[in-house]
Amino acid sequence: MINKLKSKDLIGTKDLSPEEILLILDTAESMKEISSRDIKKVPALRGKTIINLFYESSTRTRTSFEIAGKRLSADVVNISVSTSSVVKGETLKDTAKNLEAMNPDAVVIRHSSSGAPDFISKILKCPVINAGDGAHEHPTQALLDLFTIREKKKELKGLKVSIIGDIAHSRVARSNIYAMNKMGMDVTVSGPSTLIPVDIEKMGVKISTDVKKAIEGADVIIMLRIQLERQEKGLFPSIREYSRLFGLNTEKLKNAKEDVIIMHPGPMNRGVEISADVADGQYSLILDQVTNGVAVRMAILHLLTGGA
Amino acid sequence: MNTRVMNADEVNRAITRIAHEVLEKNRGAHDIVIVGIRTRGVFIAERLAIKIKEIEGEAIPVGIIDITLYRDDIKSDISKHIVKKTEIPFSITDKKVILVDDVLYTGRSIRAAIDGLIDLGRPANIQLAVLIDRGHRELPIRADFVGKNIPTSHNESVKVMLKEEDGVDKVVVEELDDK
Repeated sequence: MINKLKSKDLIGTKDLSPEEILLILDTAESMKEISSRDIKKVPALRGKTIINLFYESSTRTRTSFEIAGKRLSADVVNISVSTSSVVKGETLKDTAKNLEAMNPDAVVIRHSSSGAPDFISKILKCPVINAGDGAHEHPTQALLDLFTIREKKKELKGLKVSIIGDIAHSRVARSNIYAMNKMGMDVTVSGPSTLIPVDIEKMGVKISTDVKKAIEGADVIIMLRIQLERQEKGLFPSIREYSRLFGLNTEKLKNAKEDVIIMHPGPMNRGVEISADVADGQYSLILDQVTNGVAVRMAILHLLTGGA
Repeated sequence: MNTRVMNADEVNRAITRIAHEVLEKNRGAHDIVIVGIRTRGVFIAERLAIKIKEIEGEAIPVGIIDITLYRDDIKSDISKHIVKKTEIPFSITDKKVILVDDVLYTGRSIRAAIDGLIDLGRPANIQLAVLIDRGHRELPIRADFVGKNIPTSHNESVKVMLKEEDGVDKVVVEELDDK
């Protein structure tokens, strides 16, 4: 059994081995207990500085990383772009070099450009954790999804997963596909054909443009946010039509497996890709995902910075 | 060179004696909880609870503490330690906590375990029970209950083997290779 991660950074689930994924999930299980205590803090990362560098808006992920760092006693500094030198024209490279000069122990970065975390990981000596870059990867989301699935289903191998929605623009889908394939899960993607990338089969997934079929056989359904800001490009005719054809509601769930679980990485458009009664219903694990996100990020911070 | 310092019977007798001493010192089993330090402290803790039940007829709650996140020597040790779960599914506040480990050496693990316990509540007191005390303390810590004192040198290692983990009950002292 391995006991540390090979790479200095966590850029994507593509680079992780199945053993590394299991190490993260097992460590997260131990971390989860800490969040249930009255005193939710352990001294493991005392004296370590973690910088959250967010070039894109985020509530869940940024807060989750901040809480994760604080529960391990690290000092967490948040930089959001609207208040940083970036608005004064500083390049990403200069920002990274300046942060490096302050000796951080980890930098968590979200950026609208794919490849930004990889780029700064080559400049920074400390671990860099990707909190979402463009349409590339969002590895901590995929890992917390796996954690949540394993918690409910006990075993990952052989599970059928349907990821439904805007696959083309989704870093969550990509990270999940890489990670789930490694864990021996069977992934189907579904949604309007304009939102499913050509050649996606090469990633090792099945395509189903019939959402009903994708729902029927699935042990796990992951609904993706329909990115309303991309509506102008005319990738689908109307939100109402999208909702009717591809949105998950009680009616479509009738043919689902009895023990199906439903997840969504958030933020949700209630009434668009998922109806309110399904989002709040008995199959939904959406809030468990948020709880588990803290544990998974604690595990990653500890594994990457604990032994430095 | 290996020297066997305790066999299975001796390990068993030591734990039995500690059980009696715990009950004597605390005038019974009332308000006592036992917490074992991962890994081998846990098995000794469980055995201690069984003995106490046999003697006193009272079931004692047993918990597990993982000290990985509290260690001060984590820099050198991270590669050896995977974070495991702390499982103490009962309140330790106002309880007499018997903290159990296999070997007492520098005292640093015990310091970490005490910090961990205090984060979980405010016990009435914490008492320390160890199977082996091998000396060489680096912190002002002593055990309340000791199975056996074994004077050692720094270049020896004390290996406690227990059925639950190692298939056999015994304690051996090994000479470490000089570098």
